[in-house]
Formats: sequence, C-alpha cells, structure tokens
Amino acid sequence: MTQRKLGRGVAIVGAGMSKFGAFPDKTSRDLFVEAFKEMRASIDKGFDPEIIETLYLGNYSSDLFEKQGHTAPIMADAVGLTPRPATRVEDACASGGVALRLGVLAVASGMYDVVLVGGVERMTKLPTAEVTDTLGSAGDTLYETPAGFTFPGFYAAMATAYMHRYGMTPEHLMSVAIKNHANGALNPKAQFGVSIPDWMEQRVQAALKKGKPAPTWKSISDFLHDDAANPMIAYPLRLFDCSPITDGAACLLLVAAERAREFTDQPIHIIGVGQASDAALHYRADLTTLRAARVAVQDAYAMAGVTARDIRIAEVHDCFTIAEVIATEDMEFFAPGTGFKMAQEGVTARDGAKPINTSGGLKSKGHPVGASGVAQTIEIWKQMRGEAGARQVKGDIPLALTHNVGGTGQTAVVHIYERKG
Amino acid sequence: MDLARHWRLKDQRYRLEGTVCAECGAKFFPPRQVCTECKSTNLKPHEFAGRGELYSFTTVSAPPSGHEEFVPYIVGMVKLDEGPLVEAQITDVNPADVKIGQRVEMVTRKLRAYGDDGVIVYGYKFRPIVNGS
Ligand SMILES: [Zn+2]
Repeated sequence: MTQRKLGRGVAIVGAGMSKFGAFPDKTSRDLFVEAFKEMRASIDKGFDPEIIETLYLGNYSSDLFEKQGHTAPIMADAVGLTPRPATRVEDACASGGVALRLGVLAVASGMYDVVLVGGVERMTKLPTAEVTDTLGSAGDTLYETPAGFTFPGFYAAMATAYMHRYGMTPEHLMSVAIKNHANGALNPKAQFGVSIPDWMEQRVQAALKKGKPAPTWKSISDFLHDDAANPMIAYPLRLFDCSPITDGAACLLLVAAERAREFTDQPIHIIGVGQASDAALHYRADLTTLRAARVAVQDAYAMAGVTARDIRIAEVHDCFTIAEVIATEDMEFFAPGTGFKMAQEGVTARDGAKPINTSGGLKSKGHPVGASGVAQTIEIWKQMRGEAGARQVKGDIPLALTHNVGGTGQTAVVHIYERKG
Repeated sequence: MDLARHWRLKDQRYRLEGTVCAECGAKFFPPRQVCTECKSTNLKPHEFAGRGELYSFTTVSAPPSGHEEFVPYIVGMVKLDEGPLVEAQITDVNPADVKIGQRVEMVTRKLRAYGDDGVIVYGYKFRPIVNGS
C-alpha cells in the first residue's frame, strides 16, 4: 500500500442541504439554490461568495432523470459563480463523495483556497420503472441488466450470499431499517422522517378515517412481514429494505486549513481520503464484501494515521439494509460475518458504542443519488459541531467517517474527519 | 440500438463464448480483451461447458422494462465449473426449491421481446440438473 499525503490541510467551514423528498414543483437548480443558501447561512463569521474559486458537482444522471445535461455550469450560474470553472462528477451513487474528494485534492494541491462542493439529483419526475432502468444502468448493461438484474436485485444477491455464508436472516436486516427510521424521525430534512411504529400508527389512522378496516399488526415484525404493507422487491429485500427515490441537493464549502479561522472557530478537518474501483459483480470472487470499499478505507486510515477503533461515528452507504451491514464490516468496525449481529444488538444505534447513520441514512433521509455523498458529510459536520439537535450523539466526537458507494461497489470513496482543539 | 447489440453478442448469448489468456490460462466470462491476472493482451475465444453451481440468487418482483412477463423470476450468479461467475435467470424451478450450491446447467431460452413488433431475443438461462452430476 502506498501511503499518500495531502499537500496541505483542508477544512470544511460551511454546509447546507435542501429538504429531501419528492418535489414535483422544483427543478435541480431550485434544490441546489436551497442547499447553497443554507450553506451560506451556516458560515459562522460570514463570507463573500465572490471568493469561491471553483465548483465540483456530484450528479449521476440529470440527462435521464430531467433531460438536462451539462449540469455543473447550470448550477454554478444558478448561484452566481460563473465564469469560474464548474465540473460535473459522475460515479453513480458515489458521485457526491467523489466530487468532495476532487474538492479536497483541489485545495490540497495549493491551486485553490476556497472550493464549493455540491451534489444534486432530481429523480421523482420519472415513472418508477424508468428510474429502475436508469439506476440499473450503473451496472454492466451488456451482461447484468439483460439477465433481468435490477439495482435492488444486485444487493439482494449479495444478501442471499451473505445469509448463506453467515446465517443472517431477513429479520436482522429489518433491524437496520428500524434503527435508521428511528434516527431519521429526528432529522427535519429527512424524506421519510418517521419511525416505523409511528408509520404503522399513521396507516391505522388513515384507514379508520376512510372508514376502512384498520390493519391489525401486533408488532413491528408483523408489519414488516406483511406482503401488502411491505412488499417484496427482490428476495430477501422488501420495500423497507430499500432507500427511496428522492429529490435533493447538498453543498459544502472547503477552504485551505490555514484560512479556516477566517470563517469559523469550529472547522471540521478532512484528514483522510481514499477511493477505489472494481469490476461488475460477475468478475468478483466474493459478494459478501466490497473490495473497493476495503481498499478505499485502508488508504484513508493510512493517510489519517488512525484505525477503525478511533472512529466515533460514521455515515455509511445504506442504499439497502444489507449494504449497511456489509459497510460496517468493510470499514473494519466489525469482523466479517458479525455486522448483522451488531445491528440487532443495538451497537450501531445512536446510543450504542458505534453509532451508524445518525441522519437516518439513505434509507430514511432519502437518496438523491448525486447528492447523497455530500449530505453524509453534512451529518458528520453537524454531529461534530454539536448541532444535530434531537439526534445529537452524546459526548465528544473527535473523529468520524463517511463511506459512499457507486453502483454495486464499482466505486467506493471514504473520508475521515477530525475536529481539532 | 439494443437488437444490434444483441446480434453482436450472439456468440456469448448462444454458446457461452468467453476468452482464455494464452499466457497464463485464466478464463473469462464475459470475454475480456486484457487479462486481469497477468495483463496480457493475447486472449483467445473459449467456449464454456455451461455447467456449474448456484453461488447466489434473488427473486425479482419489481422488474426492469422488458421483463414484466416473467415476474416473479429468479436471477442468480452461477459459478461455472471453469471458474467464472455468470449472471443469468434460473429457470424450470420453483422459487421455494432454489438452493445455493445446487448444480445447474445452461439452456437457451427467450430473454425478452422488443417493441411493438415483439421481436424475441434468445439467450442463456440456467436450470437445475435433476440427476446430480
Ligand atoms: Zn493472463
């Protein structure tokens, strides 16, 4: 392993995101402007947007989702950045995390002092079947999608391989969904910010209001096994194992660490970065782990000079519940084949030893593909600064991590954050 | 367009034709033009025998376009006896009877129909081998 170094320190001094959800009346640029305004307002000592030198924008597929290509200059123009360089980054669902990485490299190289990193996706305009096709195209369209594989199908195949090898059951996966919805219920930006018990109660009340017979679930497990309320998407993954289709945007302001105090007394430093690639599923030896994620995190830990044990909280890429289980093992928090037990035992809960996805994760907060990697960092920023409100983790958070995955793990990108002093 | 692409891939879809590295012997399906084991670019066509065991699977209930008529269908990863994994539908079996590790063999079946003309595209699927082997 080559140990790589950043040319100089990089800090986050501002962060903002739009509400995540389904917004029929908003375009990508409306969402991006919403995120930009919140980012601007978040900078403790204020700043003049004129000093932004360049934009890196994560966006998977505005071409297919909105019939709008060339998204980066459009977003730059929407927030008044032209004629500065604006670059779109596409690595499927990791587009946002990779945009952040390029922003970090741009500052670390010494070329820029002040860089805007953004992510945006406007997905709900398309019918669900076309969204399924668009997301499926992140796989190999010569050999994977013609077989009838869907995006949930890929992760479902990982889940059955994992279940077969380690004895996990679909019930273990449900514990991930229950936890993430409990967290998302405390996040005002979340698309499905409601706990599963409250969701069930809402369904009962809605039925009663319409004069229909109310569902008679006796427990959360009862509800999650109900084929009508929680239909099978791709065995063993049901609707509540899948992240939703979402519109949303997110923004971060990166600056050279030596200038961070001009903007805030509470900057968050990025001290480790790792990214890796991998082949389609048919060229892999093992479907119970993502090699790209393991390579990316090893590079990031080496650069930061820390280990998994040092990480207090993490936002990981839970596009499906199984993805969170595998992620917590790939990040070396737990040994292979034990992540599902940790989820069930509450170790990854907000008050557990290793809180995972305190934001609600992609599962509950929503997954506007190109924005997700940037929004993960916003949760870390809030938690490390003690600004996460009702979902704030207790105690100090000196070190944290984000893990963002593209497709079925053909791309993985990891960042490690430190709050100094 | 998709039909032209299918025609270009007919050797793969009908005969499971991949490649073998002339330098190190590594076998690939789908075919590769650069060997990922030794980086050689000297690869020759190689026809796989079409037998293996089921490595993993799922049952798709929410299909992509063009596959609606098969729902729910089983799609899996087959580990060929020669080594590579193939992504394919598993056919001629009840979803409840599918087991990871079971022996399977290639068959040629309808993959999907295209457009209003209903042009039918054929290709490989896999089915359980009944008498062991
Ligand atoms: Zn070779």
